[in-house]
Amino acid sequence: MIEKIAGLVNADTKLVRRGRFVNTTFMIAIDDSYTLLRVEEGRVTKVAPGPFITPDYSFCLRASRDVWEKFWEPLPPLGYTDIFALVKQKLMRVEGDLHPFMTNLLYFKDVIAAPRQEAKR
Amino acid sequence: MSPHFEPISARYLHLELLGRPHRVYVEEAGQGIPLLCLHTAGSDTRQFRGLMNDQRITANFRVLAFDMPWHGKSSPPAGWQDAEYQLTSSDYMRMILEVSDALELDNPVAMGCSIGGRIVLHLAHEHPERFRALIGLESAAHTDAYYDLSWLHRPDVHGGMVCAGVISGLVAPVAPAVHRWETLWHYMQSGPGVFKGDLNFYMIDGDIRDRVDKIDIKRCPLFLLTGEYDYSCTSEGTLDVARRTGASATIMQGLGHFPMSENPEKFISYLLPVLDKIRAL
Repeated sequence: MIEKIAGLVNADTKLVRRGRFVNTTFMIAIDDSYTLLRVEEGRVTKVAPGPFITPDYSFCLRASRDVWEKFWEPLPPLGYTDIFALVKQKLMRVEGDLHPFMTNLLYFKDVIAAPRQEAKR
Repeated sequence: MSPHFEPISARYLHLELLGRPHRVYVEEAGQGIPLLCLHTAGSDTRQFRGLMNDQRITANFRVLAFDMPWHGKSSPPAGWQDAEYQLTSSDYMRMILEVSDALELDNPVAMGCSIGGRIVLHLAHEHPERFRALIGLESAAHTDAYYDLSWLHRPDVHGGMVCAGVISGLVAPVAPAVHRWETLWHYMQSGPGVFKGDLNFYMIDGDIRDRVDKIDIKRCPLFLLTGEYDYSCTSEGTLDVARRTGASATIMQGLGHFPMSENPEKFISYLLPVLDKIRAL
């Protein structure tokens, strides 16, 4: 799913516009599997799978594979529809420098949920 | 579309509130039993636009809503620029009673959502004699903070965007897009630090877990309606209040934390049976 994010985000001109001021690299952790995603002016320009020796990123979203799979269902089950729903239940951790994440929350929420669109197809 | 006015009238009420002069924005529609509506944290009366435009409700109820001071079109009190806004249980309760008195409401029903849903529990506990009935939407005895609230008010983060971003997931994923984004827009328009100040009541000062058992629904009937997608005030939290008080509780399918605003039509289908019960009291 995660490798589809770049194509899905970059094809969504409204989402790219919403993130036009975003320039950062963030990490998605699925169990012990790590991926770095580079965002430049709202476009996902690089998706690099780990492992990494010294990963350089601003923030990381960390959850189990089971949680991510439910989160990425086209209509997720109750409690799995939003990042903060998972954080509240301690099923996800958001770590690191949260400033780019919180400053562009509506953008990142849709970027991270983008695989739901793929699952609908 | 032909131009038309909605059947809502609005006025600015000048009154002494919490011992200080205030200018408070009040909307109303309909006639009959006064139904005083209390908006969520960091939002305003526009959340009740669907109710005020539904003749099934306004035929029998005088639906009123006011923007709390600092919110919507109500002004903050003079000198606000030197204060940090922090909502407390006692101020919130007093504000509702003083507005109700100023409007000369006779034995009203109060219906609040989120912080409004919490304060109706406080009203049920401390002032049951003042209300014909109370309706708690997204009502639970307590909610723990699940993110650092300081993000909501700092100069290097756009307050409106972060507030809307934080609450966006509380809207049910099946809500109509037009109402989802209208609901978020209200949050984007909130004044700096106002949502955060309201959450002082919601997540800290307004904890009523130790007094819920003392609510006597025979003195004032209590109805609870909670959207199934609400992870802030959870279904479990509402059902716990219902179990401990004997209040009637319904978990609303396909709705989240802002039922009256995110999907008015669906919410009203759950509200009408409650209003029928209140009319029959």
